[in-house]
Amino acid sequence: MKKRELTCIGCPMGCLLTVEQEETGACKVTGNSCKRGKSYGEKEMTNPTRIVTTTVRVRGGVHPVVPVKTSIDIPKTKIFECMEAIRTICPKAPVAIGEVLAENIAGTGADLVATASLLAK
Amino acid sequence: MMNRYYDIVIIGAGPAGLAAALAAKKEGAERVIILERNHEPGGILNQCIHNGFGLHTFSEELTGPEYADRFVSEVKKEKIPILLDTTVLSVSQKRVITAMNSSEGIFELEAGAAVLCMGCRERPRGSLNLPGFRPAGIFSAGTAQRLVNLEGCMPGREVVILGSGDIGLIMARRMTLEGAKVKAVAELMPYSGGLKRNIVQCLDDYGIPLKLSHTVVDIGGKERVESVTLARVDEHQKPIPGTEEKIACDTLLLSVGLIPENELSREAGIEINPVTKGPIVNEQLQTSIAGIFACGNVLHVHDLVDYVSEEAQTAGRNAARFVKRQEQRVEEKPAVALVAGRGVRYTVPSMIHPENMEENQKIRFRVDAVYRNVYLNVYRNNERIRHRKCRILTPGEMEEISLKKEELSEEFNPEKISIAVEEE
Repeated sequence: MKKRELTCIGCPMGCLLTVEQEETGACKVTGNSCKRGKSYGEKEMTNPTRIVTTTVRVRGGVHPVVPVKTSIDIPKTKIFECMEAIRTICPKAPVAIGEVLAENIAGTGADLVATASLLAK
Repeated sequence: MMNRYYDIVIIGAGPAGLAAALAAKKEGAERVIILERNHEPGGILNQCIHNGFGLHTFSEELTGPEYADRFVSEVKKEKIPILLDTTVLSVSQKRVITAMNSSEGIFELEAGAAVLCMGCRERPRGSLNLPGFRPAGIFSAGTAQRLVNLEGCMPGREVVILGSGDIGLIMARRMTLEGAKVKAVAELMPYSGGLKRNIVQCLDDYGIPLKLSHTVVDIGGKERVESVTLARVDEHQKPIPGTEEKIACDTLLLSVGLIPENELSREAGIEINPVTKGPIVNEQLQTSIAGIFACGNVLHVHDLVDYVSEEAQTAGRNAARFVKRQEQRVEEKPAVALVAGRGVRYTVPSMIHPENMEENQKIRFRVDAVYRNVYLNVYRNNERIRHRKCRILTPGEMEEISLKKEELSEEFNPEKISIAVEEE
């Protein structure tokens, strides 16, 4: 049985959750004060995901970098792998907000999307 | 040469200025202009590349630049001019705004109404009395954020962060993603001033320790930071001898609070609230000078941009109405004072003229400590008119209540409204 302690982010209460996972995969959450805590605890135990936001280098832009995000949240365990893949991307200016700079980044199924426009120098 | 008269002159093209301009235009102001000292609009949002913005406004999670872009696009659509690279030098009581840029030189604009949207600054090292030399490697968290996210360079590799404000927490994650090792975040208070979500997603996710009731007692290194020594503090925030811990690092980031940037307001003679360090405003978010309004972080420091946008809409709307009425402040009747009672640090606004009030008046405030299982009580004179149970109140999260116009009608003879944190 796996057991983890978490702080719920559903509201400022910040309940200290204890999540226990049976071999069958079923989760038991204690310490929560509402159902948001229960679902947060279950998600964090079984499949924690995050949107990754960072920057990529751009050639010939008015700024050296442009901010980007993953189009969907990716597994937490893949964050650093995703960062490695992002470091190899170097688009040429101009870049438009919403433009997809890479597809299926690090095999996560998420695209890498520019979150700002960057003009060419 | 530009026209000298504008209905509305807005100082600052950050989230507050952009939303205020749009609201003023929507309320019927024809000639609206925004003055911005930077070379692009958006303010601090441009360097806040993380997500979590706009949950309240757009019901989706945007990054800072995306949130700014929504407003900038609207402003462009409305053809509201933004004068970039333009620094405002002074604002007069008569609402003459003196500004300069490299194409026009020094120039003056007359404003039917002005809206102050200058935002805030970070508290610097100098205000902390940190011991040690002045080596390279000490940055405010926002400066580091600018270096990494806009200029594309890393300020250091091994990092200690003093202060657990949101920018410090966000930078702990950002530096980690970029390959730095963040060794600790030290917080003087026994609680963090940052949002819970940031503590979890920026520190816990990456195993970065948050040391509450700790401060920096020494900075090692002469040319470059070589170490930072942390110590536990007692309940009077004095370091406890024997608890020192020396941490090798090359960078110290400071995330120790934000101060509204009110140099222009002070010089104009606008009354400043010593608690918020922002202007004292009434229900319209009008300052002590008629026709000058304030909103956003220049008024009081916010933790969510959504509330800045909402507040700025109120200021912009009222500025447009002020111009339309072609009148000075309506003030035949005395204002109802808003009083920060026990446990409440301040309220914005500070007073309400019921006759000028909209149907619903938002009052924003912060508490002075962490409270659990308490009641938030609102009194009209001595009569309790609100009684809300709160499982938790923290200084890091701004609170609000809403008052109805009818609650301040003459029949109640309201003199003051006070808000207090109480046991029952």
